[in-house]
Amino acid sequence: MDIMATESRITTGSRGTRLLGLAALAGVLALLVFAFVLTDPDVRTHPTSGEEFGQFDAVRLLYLHVPMAILTYAAYALCAAASAGYLLRRTPWWDVTAHAAAEVGTLACALVLVTGSIWGRPVWNTWWEWGDVRLMTTLLLFLLFLGYLALRRAAVDPESAARPAAVVALVAVLDIPLVNRSVEWWENRTLHQKSTLTELKIEDLTLFTLVLGIVVFGLVVTWLLLHRFRVGWLERAEVTHGIDRAIAERRGVASTTGVDSTVGQTREES
Amino acid sequence: MREVLADLSLVAAKDLRIEFRSRVLANQVAPFALLVLVLFGVALDADQRTLRSFAPGLFWVAVLLCALLAVQRSVAVERADDAVVGLRLSGMSPAALFLGKATAVLVQLLVLEVLLTGGIIVLYRSSVEDVALLVLTGLAAGVAVAAAGTLYGAMAAGLGVSETLLPILLLPVLAPVLIGATRAFDDALGAAAVDGWAWLVLLAGLAVVLTLVGALAYRVLVED
Amino acid sequence: MSVVELRGVVAVLGRFPALAGLDLTVTAGETVLVQGPNGAGKSTLLRLCAGLVVPTRGEARVLGFDLVVERHTVRRRVGLLGHATGLYDDLTVAENVTFWARAAGLGRVAEARANWALGRLGLDGPLADHAVRTVSAGQRRRASLAALAVRRPDLWLLDEPHAGLDQEGRDVVDDLIGEAVAAGATVIVSSHELDRVRRLSPRVVTLAGGTLVGDRLGVVRDA
Repeated sequence: MDIMATESRITTGSRGTRLLGLAALAGVLALLVFAFVLTDPDVRTHPTSGEEFGQFDAVRLLYLHVPMAILTYAAYALCAAASAGYLLRRTPWWDVTAHAAAEVGTLACALVLVTGSIWGRPVWNTWWEWGDVRLMTTLLLFLLFLGYLALRRAAVDPESAARPAAVVALVAVLDIPLVNRSVEWWENRTLHQKSTLTELKIEDLTLFTLVLGIVVFGLVVTWLLLHRFRVGWLERAEVTHGIDRAIAERRGVASTTGVDSTVGQTREES
Repeated sequence: MREVLADLSLVAAKDLRIEFRSRVLANQVAPFALLVLVLFGVALDADQRTLRSFAPGLFWVAVLLCALLAVQRSVAVERADDAVVGLRLSGMSPAALFLGKATAVLVQLLVLEVLLTGGIIVLYRSSVEDVALLVLTGLAAGVAVAAAGTLYGAMAAGLGVSETLLPILLLPVLAPVLIGATRAFDDALGAAAVDGWAWLVLLAGLAVVLTLVGALAYRVLVED
Repeated sequence: MSVVELRGVVAVLGRFPALAGLDLTVTAGETVLVQGPNGAGKSTLLRLCAGLVVPTRGEARVLGFDLVVERHTVRRRVGLLGHATGLYDDLTVAENVTFWARAAGLGRVAEARANWALGRLGLDGPLADHAVRTVSAGQRRRASLAALAVRRPDLWLLDEPHAGLDQEGRDVVDDLIGEAVAAGATVIVSSHELDRVRRLSPRVVTLAGGTLVGDRLGVVRDA
């Protein structure tokens, strides 16, 4: 991967990522138009009282929240797969991928939680709800991977944290069905079930915008992932170069130390 | 297999003997456990009835906090004079090391649980309605916590900043254990109408999974 | 037979190349003294030979096993005396040595072997039942050696074995090493105590800056 070939300064950009970035940017603009202008807010009329109700403009968060949720799970799944790959193959590529995926996934997860909370306030009248399965699971996933990232950063060099981090990622991902199950049993109050998605009429333009959102944010996340991977890769390269330099330095010390280097001679001490 | 069992007992016995001599559990962790119960009581400033209904949750939070200390201690014993080097050279299988240390932590947790049970009976006026459920829950949750704690303790220790890293690694993983154990205790202490035995099944599953994962993953950390 | 074969070995700890291209061959039954200034990599060399440090580059074989893939097989067969005691402070001297004997898989002979080791190191008697925390540094060093001796390893790796020992202690250690050598073990010692080690007529290798800069037989000349 010759990232540095075309530029005189070090950059993680390449023709591919620039095209991707432009596409993502264009996509985001298009999405904004669709989300804010072309689609309607959720306004429904009560059959008997004639009153208007519904989510109104809050429903537009749908186009950010749902894609981000999907991408969070995708990123974490990638992290788990790369962690497994690392434990099996032990090559740095898997490790750097896992780290990049975890970071991007955690960013996405944070967005999911925040947008979810903002969305929840006007719609469900609460910032947070304990006992909602999806909320709890997402929150725990977020915390589990915060731990993963903390572990990574605690290490002096990327290599030494690689194996423990891989284990943490795998346990975290495997823990999720268990968390799911336990929270489900726990309260059985799921706001998500009184679901926003089912009571809304997701059809035509709304559906299209939603899918567009998934695609566009998919592009954004991929762009982030690629860049983050390359940063990680460069970090590794820097460590190796640093070691080469350090080795040369150290051998320099060796040659300046005034030590007798005759071999195979017996000397009598006077 | 016999070797694993022998090594496991050797390591567990060693850890427990050290605990017996140094009395860290008795002198430091146990008082801390009671202190936590008292702090909750003070902070919540609630009437007896409320404390009683909170008791299961408070109990298990206290157990988790004590577990952090017990695990840290378990790890510190090996790092103090580099005994961990000797363990790596010994040829004992990582699974045996893991199970041995986890067993020792489990025993200590069980002792703390007994103490804390006494604590909530006295301080929060809890009453035990289903002894069997209580005991089995304590055991299953104890195994889960000890297993996860030993695994993550070793991980955090390997990187140096373990005191601050361990909680953030371990506690999220133990969230389902907390949920399950609290619910089971709700039933066993008559604090809420739930089916504690169903939760016990979940806990048992967690205990088995965490023990297996720990025994397998320990290799990755120790074999290096 | 070569007990240690290192070619161009680089060992990185964190980001620091403790060993920066080392070549060394040690044949079975040899006694080797490793000397050199502080920070030269002597301790890392011993730990590498014990299978505790992975070589980043180069070829490394100990007791015929490749250090990159067969490290855990090497570990069982060596004895390492490091800077730290490797003992449990709250257990007695005897309990420590017995534990390490059992840990080495000696099973039924563990206790007998432990008693033998305690005796050889002058640790039998009332001292054996004192907690390690309460005995002197020199006695702790001897206890660490006893824990190593019970393993009867083929390769002894000793990092400053005489450190902190009184005259009697040093004699005891020398006797122990001499016995091991006579029994055919290979011994690699890192020490600043040139006088003591000289008696073993070792081969002297000098380390500096993570590489070998000197290798001679016989008596050591003060650098």
